[in-house]
Amino acid sequence: MADPMKIRAQMKGDVCEIRVLMSHPMETGQRKDNDGKTIPAHHIQLVSVALNGKPVVSGQLAGSVSRNPVLGFKVKGAKAGDKVTVSWKDNKGDSRTDEATVA
Amino acid sequence: MDLIRRTVLKGAGATGVLAGLLASGMLKPTLAYANEWNAAAFGAKDLDVALKTIGADGAATNPALVMKAPDIAENGAVVPVDVVSNIPNTSSIAILVKKNPFPLAALFEFSNGALADVSVRLKVAETSAIIAIAKADGKTYTAQKEVKVTVGGCGG
Repeated sequence: MADPMKIRAQMKGDVCEIRVLMSHPMETGQRKDNDGKTIPAHHIQLVSVALNGKPVVSGQLAGSVSRNPVLGFKVKGAKAGDKVTVSWKDNKGDSRTDEATVA
Repeated sequence: MDLIRRTVLKGAGATGVLAGLLASGMLKPTLAYANEWNAAAFGAKDLDVALKTIGADGAATNPALVMKAPDIAENGAVVPVDVVSNIPNTSSIAILVKKNPFPLAALFEFSNGALADVSVRLKVAETSAIIAIAKADGKTYTAQKEVKVTVGGCGG
């Protein structure tokens, strides 16, 4: 099981800014280890962001997204106290879902 | 007559069971991913093929699609890229790195009040153009920016 995500959701005027820090190696499948063997690809493929259970952003990522991905989104029509749910799923079937409250 | 009545009753019973299951949480709708990972587009080694697979070949440039990326990236492993589309009804944004082994890096789709505004950090293998593609009302728009990657961080 991967480490929890850090999610920050903050109202800036009438727009909710969501920032997510995910903990993931994001191996591209291009790198080689010290013995010259290719390190297999291991990266997040699907990301989904929901506000009070309603999907707002669905993303697909490649291994070329940096290690421990930091993603930022903006959503209109949110208010303080709303629940933000972020989920990801990687190419090895591992997944994680975390929640935060809009401040 | 009786047969119809029985059928109706049976139907009502079945609906009741379904509602019961939903209430008890057995059929609780889980947070679903809107789409599958587009293996064809992400696996494309050629920029043109990747663009074609996501339906963005021949995209027009549009000043309302704004991309922020550094002119010079001293560390190609972490290159911050922000893309904002001010084009009305933008439904998705894709980000590609022209010279990466697999150009397509990320694809985001927006709904229910999400703004077409994303930030992400990318690995950029060598000095390359970074390309953003926005889709709005079935049309595609593009913006790009050259990012110089210096190895060793000497700023040259």
